Amino acid sequence: MTGTQHEGRALPVTDLSLVVLVGASGSGKSTFARKHFKPTEVISSDFCRGLVSDDENDQSATRDAFDVLHYIAGKRLAAGRRTVVDATSVQQDSRRQLIELARKYDVLPIAIVLDVPEEVCAERNAARTDRADMPRRVIQRHIRELRRSLRHLEREGFRKVHVLRGVEETEHATVVTEKRYNDLTHLTGPFDIIGDIHGCSAELESLLSELGYTDGVHPQGRTAVFVGDLVDRGPDSPGVLRRVMAMVKSGNALCVPGNHENKYGRHLKGRNVRHTHGLAETVAQMEQESEEFRTEVRQFLDGLVSHYVLDGGRLVVCHAGLPEKYHGRTSGRVRAHALYGETTGETDEFGLPVRYPWAEDYRGRAAVVYGHTPVPEATWLNNTICLDTGAVFGGKLTALRWPERELVDVPAERVWYEPARPLRSEAPGGHDGRPLDLADVHGRRAVETRHAGMVAVREENAAAALEVMSRFATDPRLLPYLPPTMAPTATSAQDGYLEHPVEAFAQYARDGVARVVCEEKHMGSRAVALVCRDAEAARRRFGVGGAPGAGGAESGGGPTGSLYTRTGRPFFDDGRTTEEILGRLRSAVTDAGLWDELGTDWLLLDAELMPWSLKATGLLRGQYAAVGAAAGAVFPGALAALEAAAARGADVDGLLDLQRERAADAAAFTAAYRRYCWTTEGLEGVRLAPFQLLAAQGRNLAVLAHDEQLALIDRLVEHDGSGLLQTTRRLYVDTGDPESVRAGVDWWLEMTGRGGEGMVVKPLGALVRNPEGRLVQPGIKCRGREYLRIVYGPEYTRPDNLARLRQRFLNHKRSLALREYALGLEALDRLAGGEPLWRVHEAVFGVLALESEPVDPRL
Amino acid sequence: MFVTISTTGTAGSPATDLGYLLHKHPGKAQAFSTSHGTAHVFYPEADAERCTAALLLEIDPVALVRRGKGKGRGGAPDAALAQYVNDRPYAASSLLAVALSSVFSSALRGVCNARPERAAAPLPLRIEVPALPARGGPEIVRRLFAPLGWTVTADPVPLDTAFPEWGDSRYVRLLLESERLTLAEALRHLYVLLPVLDDAKHYWVSADEVDKLLRAGEGWLAEHPEQKLITSRYLSRRWSLTRQAMERLELVRLAEADDSEVEDIDNAVEAETETEEKPTPLAVRRRDAIVEALQASGAARVLDLGCGQGQLVQALLKDPRFTEIVGVDVSMRALTIASRRLKLDRMGERQAARVKLLQGSLAYTDRRLTGYDAAVLSEVIEHLDLPRLPALEYAVFGAARPRTVLVTTPNVEYNVRWESLPAGHVRHGDHRFEWTREEFRAWAHAVAGRHGYDVEFVPVGPDDPEVGPPTQMAVFVQRNETGKEAKAA
Repeated sequence: MTGTQHEGRALPVTDLSLVVLVGASGSGKSTFARKHFKPTEVISSDFCRGLVSDDENDQSATRDAFDVLHYIAGKRLAAGRRTVVDATSVQQDSRRQLIELARKYDVLPIAIVLDVPEEVCAERNAARTDRADMPRRVIQRHIRELRRSLRHLEREGFRKVHVLRGVEETEHATVVTEKRYNDLTHLTGPFDIIGDIHGCSAELESLLSELGYTDGVHPQGRTAVFVGDLVDRGPDSPGVLRRVMAMVKSGNALCVPGNHENKYGRHLKGRNVRHTHGLAETVAQMEQESEEFRTEVRQFLDGLVSHYVLDGGRLVVCHAGLPEKYHGRTSGRVRAHALYGETTGETDEFGLPVRYPWAEDYRGRAAVVYGHTPVPEATWLNNTICLDTGAVFGGKLTALRWPERELVDVPAERVWYEPARPLRSEAPGGHDGRPLDLADVHGRRAVETRHAGMVAVREENAAAALEVMSRFATDPRLLPYLPPTMAPTATSAQDGYLEHPVEAFAQYARDGVARVVCEEKHMGSRAVALVCRDAEAARRRFGVGGAPGAGGAESGGGPTGSLYTRTGRPFFDDGRTTEEILGRLRSAVTDAGLWDELGTDWLLLDAELMPWSLKATGLLRGQYAAVGAAAGAVFPGALAALEAAAARGADVDGLLDLQRERAADAAAFTAAYRRYCWTTEGLEGVRLAPFQLLAAQGRNLAVLAHDEQLALIDRLVEHDGSGLLQTTRRLYVDTGDPESVRAGVDWWLEMTGRGGEGMVVKPLGALVRNPEGRLVQPGIKCRGREYLRIVYGPEYTRPDNLARLRQRFLNHKRSLALREYALGLEALDRLAGGEPLWRVHEAVFGVLALESEPVDPRL
Repeated sequence: MFVTISTTGTAGSPATDLGYLLHKHPGKAQAFSTSHGTAHVFYPEADAERCTAALLLEIDPVALVRRGKGKGRGGAPDAALAQYVNDRPYAASSLLAVALSSVFSSALRGVCNARPERAAAPLPLRIEVPALPARGGPEIVRRLFAPLGWTVTADPVPLDTAFPEWGDSRYVRLLLESERLTLAEALRHLYVLLPVLDDAKHYWVSADEVDKLLRAGEGWLAEHPEQKLITSRYLSRRWSLTRQAMERLELVRLAEADDSEVEDIDNAVEAETETEEKPTPLAVRRRDAIVEALQASGAARVLDLGCGQGQLVQALLKDPRFTEIVGVDVSMRALTIASRRLKLDRMGERQAARVKLLQGSLAYTDRRLTGYDAAVLSEVIEHLDLPRLPALEYAVFGAARPRTVLVTTPNVEYNVRWESLPAGHVRHGDHRFEWTREEFRAWAHAVAGRHGYDVEFVPVGPDDPEVGPPTQMAVFVQRNETGKEAKAA
């Protein structure tokens, strides 16, 4: 492409490309770059020389300088940013490296040559103090090399070459940024994306009319998008081409090429291709058509763009699927990928290539809609969906409505072509054999939540969570949620109290929450229960049980859910006990009619499992009972000794009183922990108090107002015939009404006076924001005075201890509670929305990681 | 915490001389400030026949916790909840030993200007410690004190009389009686042995512990039959301190969030093997068998999945055939210890380039693990809950797909040959299952079939004709090598 001389040439430059300026020293490359590109787009070799050697003209630093230049350019291109390289680039070898770089990141290499006379270059260099002594022969050599290069720049791989001859043309040229062909982000549809047709013209016509098109036009202005493989195998490839080409031409459709069009296109161009895989049928059918039509087809196929990025980047359509790093990129590799997909190099028992399961790895934000591999049903996997449902093999022709994400299909009229192998799902192991990837959870991460923006997870916390998740947790498929931590009420100044409900009510009043519910805090361990209608429902929805990939030791029925602790550990070591509890819970759900009412066959609940001693035995014996035992052993003797000393007239009265108080505190401590212990026999004596329904099919129930919540839960408890379920007592309080607040306080005093653990105050509306628009705490705990002995130690109520303990810092705990709350809600939203496992797991893992952040454990 | 020291006497040598020996007047109640609280000394009885001195140390539990750490991140003291509710105010722990040495420092040295002859002579002594934390129980208390000339009565204290099924606590009510010891000797015994008996958790330590032990142990420690135990336990506190410093506090917090004890979760590294390497012969044979199998496979780039403390990595480094050795473990503690064992920071560049340690988990697929010649899963699978084994299977055989995979696991049939192992018990507390040869083979054949491997089995250790070898090893080799090359490309 030689530049023709005329004033003010416009140079088209693609928006994502690697622009290589080619010109001798002094030819004005830097000036040109400054004038036409953003300063951050330009990387100059001089600058990089300066970076590594403190001297922009130090030629001995050239090698290192180019390493740096390539590195920076690579980072920019990987991030999808246009990059301009300002170096002489007159030698083929230096350009070759840049072309390799562009190919590596799948962007277009573009050359802009500044062919400026030697005298001008020399003059300019002489005017610069730092280059004044550059020998003339260097410039001469540059120009010689440049001239020699001009002829083969395109052959070297530059996809656009602009040559500016002389000072005049260089100064008057303008750079025009062009979009890539595949960038249709400005089109928002709505779209109807149609799977592989393979010459099934009749089915295509039925599908189009099913979708509402009349003669290729949709009354609501929808756009059809064809994922390719229009031709081969089927009865009427010309008919399909005619319809699709007309729709594309009239602007009612877009089309990306499939491998079959590609091959047929090569045939039309006279290349020698084998007439296999149904090409023979197409060729024969097209023989019946006019030469003119064949020419039209050839031009149509020639102009197809490998893939499209649509709808603001939310949708990518291509034939064979495309990893995120190739979206919107332009290279031979991207085209090959879009048309053929990636194979592992192996062949299966039918002699067909084994496809690399790219969708398993896919973690991109854009939905990828594709075809190519016939599957029995179109299903979403990691935000990708394959629409090839084998119409030509007697399956069906499928379309996806976007953004509605609805599937529409019509059955094949008959088997038009015998498949080489039976249709089957692409993923190895099917739904359940698909594992999570370490990259989803490892290292420093930020999880995007819809209610609180990005939540950051630090590396050391993720590392700890990885250990616990891997070694102890329930199967992640049955671990769709972890409960967030909860902040305590602001520290009370009342005599004898560290926590008191008055502050909690006041806090919510300040946040503009008029009505709250006080829920009794159960004296047990936090437990999350996932209960499915039956093992089949668990298999269908969560992919567990009866897995073909199972280790053989798993028993027939498969789990019907899970019951786990706040760090995701199974509550009971043996699955049978879990199933027994789930069975009782399931009966209650069934008898209460909640399956149908909620339109679900699984339910996730937040609950408290009692007694505490059931799980925390180790802690109780090792810590609490031990402290009680030591105190019980030491005080009788010490008090007797003090009494004897006092009787002898020693001045120990103060000490004696003090020790008596300490003995009483220790006894109160023992009484406090004993309330959490009772003996159980199997499930005899075990109680489960559900206090929130978290999620069901299609619904995040955690955003349901608490009175509605509790009404549903009351029905569960009523319909429990097994004595497992326990009600959660509650009281509603108006934070602005002093009477109501007093009633709330009295309720708490009465409950905790009898040794109760305390209560949790929650905004009635569950998910509530304050007037400034920030999330308010989803709950504030007010723990009982006696219960807090277990937390702060037996003697915490002594006035001097209380005075010191009041110096506690709640902000970090509050922030942690909100961040974990946002992650928890996010997990539930993703779960309810049927998002892929890794997305749910990402949020759940985040909660676990945050739980290992340093915060005062007593809060 | 509380201790009493009593003696008896006559008009000629009155029991009240105890006051001179202790440098504390029997008529007075005195208070002394120590580093952890106030120590009170008083005499519940004091006459010529009987005299009892009581030391009562008032520990300030709030101060104990707040010590050191300030506001920090959200006011978080870097410690576990366990420290807030602890037995220090009641039990005769190492803190009492410190108080003894500071309140009775002259008596401990045997100095008594007023009654030098009594200080140098044995006297009838009766020492009561009502709540003595004793790791190892009454038996070990007797083994420590009896050889020193004490008549020992040590009764265990029940955990909670309301829950008799919980059994005994770690405390004993201790009564020591002797007529053969000087007061200074008695105090020195307490000074050393209280911390030795105390549970492993400590809150302080000073740098000159060895000197202190040698001084306090002068004259009795050298001949004590339990000298080794005493020394190692006494000095292990320093190790504990360093251990505490490197403790994965994140894990501590996760244990706490779950009302669990830290040891339940942070148990990837066994305590015994932490300080010194004491490989059992079986571990050595297993390692030899693995290295041999790897050499036979021709592998150069090897993954040790679940590398633990890095013993196998260390062995592989000795053979230059292995050009790249990657140790992977989910436990950061294990990796830290492995890194120390391998002296990674001091290794030469060329050696260091051959070895890499990564935190990873076989519950997830991991791109970093693809393209290797061989992977070793030595004593790993039995640490996974059975339902999670398919995830490991896919991560290793489906995703990483090394050409050779070695899997070792205990043969449960052999357990009857372990004399120390009670019937029906697994070999390690964290073993989620142990398989028979039959079960292991069934699993291995199924895995091999699903993922295109051939598998053979190799006994490790003596192959008992009846119950087989103690360890069973499966050697998987990929059937079709084109797959591997395609992946690597």
